[in-house]
Amino acid sequence: MNKNLKEQVLRSSGVNVLKCMRCGKCSGTCPSYDEMEYHPHQFVYMVEKGDIDTLMNSNSVYKCLTCFACVERCPRGVEPAKVVEAVRLAAVRQQGSNHLSPVQIPDMLDEDLPQQAIVTAFRKYAK
Amino acid sequence: MKTFTYYPGCTLRTKAKDLDAYARSCAEALGIALEEPADWQCCGGAYTTAKDEIATKLSAVRTLNAAKQAGNPLVTVCSACHNVIKQTNYDISRDEDMAQKVNNYLKLDEAYTGETTVYHYLEMLRDVVGFDNIKSKVTKPLKGKKIAAYYGCLLLRPAKILAMDNPENPTIMEDFIKAIGGTPVIYAQRNECCGGYITMEDKAQAVKRSSAVMNSAADMGADMVITACPLCLYNLKKNSGSQIPVYYFTELLAEALGLKEDTNE
Repeated sequence: MNKNLKEQVLRSSGVNVLKCMRCGKCSGTCPSYDEMEYHPHQFVYMVEKGDIDTLMNSNSVYKCLTCFACVERCPRGVEPAKVVEAVRLAAVRQQGSNHLSPVQIPDMLDEDLPQQAIVTAFRKYAK
Repeated sequence: MKTFTYYPGCTLRTKAKDLDAYARSCAEALGIALEEPADWQCCGGAYTTAKDEIATKLSAVRTLNAAKQAGNPLVTVCSACHNVIKQTNYDISRDEDMAQKVNNYLKLDEAYTGETTVYHYLEMLRDVVGFDNIKSKVTKPLKGKKIAAYYGCLLLRPAKILAMDNPENPTIMEDFIKAIGGTPVIYAQRNECCGGYITMEDKAQAVKRSSAVMNSAADMGADMVITACPLCLYNLKKNSGSQIPVYYFTELLAEALGLKEDTNE
């Protein structure tokens, strides 16, 4: 367990993972559930246990849509999306760990794709 | 005439020019003056919730401060800009540490700590113009049209911060539809995510999400879907495979107010 990493994720997210009562509502309402290896309730639990490297190395961190459904619907106000965000930041802030590079962009474009999609993707996938 | 500082955002200048143009013409017709700040920057598209992210919040604060300097409330049309700017404003008014760091960066003459009131355009229509007032100005009501309001994720959530409507049973867009003479269609997926920017990362997921939304609207008999968000419009049109037309809400408002030719649909 990487204690510094856990502290960093807790501080960055501002989330108290101990409030979670493991009801699974966050994962039940998550629009990316099927695409995730680790689901929102597992992010909360695994951060509590300090098992953060596993999450950082999983593609699940790039599947969160930041739709705030889990934040809105958690009966305990845990705000799991903020945990996912903090873990993803811990991953992409590492040197050479950007998940999206500008050279990939031209192939992704079509004539209708809004700029909003590109700037949001960079905010989520790169530093 | 009431004056608002108006923040269009990046996409309204490029791929969503209709959303912008109709927002401007309708505001004028409804007695609202929109003043665009001189040198606004893109909001970034998504609010970074992390407490140790400061630089990604600065552009939103610059916009908020421009409205403060002008002495106006701030209005945005795009759901994403609205979400980023309202969340930034909420956090800077409550998180002293974040506020201090942001202000250290910006070096404003006077620190910005959340003084500006932020409206989404729909809120402005409801709370400042008034839906009854709009109804009285409608010359071409969308009579007989069954219109499905698509809220998506960013317009309503997190509800305690956006403070716009009930996040699970919203009414603002349905009330808007009634004001322009249409018939609102309530469907299960109206406040679930369209897939958003995941269309860049995983097209199949965007197809799945946007299809679920459009199928849900179709099941309830919608003739058309309206949205406030350019990325929702893109996903619902391009990724859902549905033939049901999707419009910006400002376009239908312009049509109802007689500011636009008929869409023939």
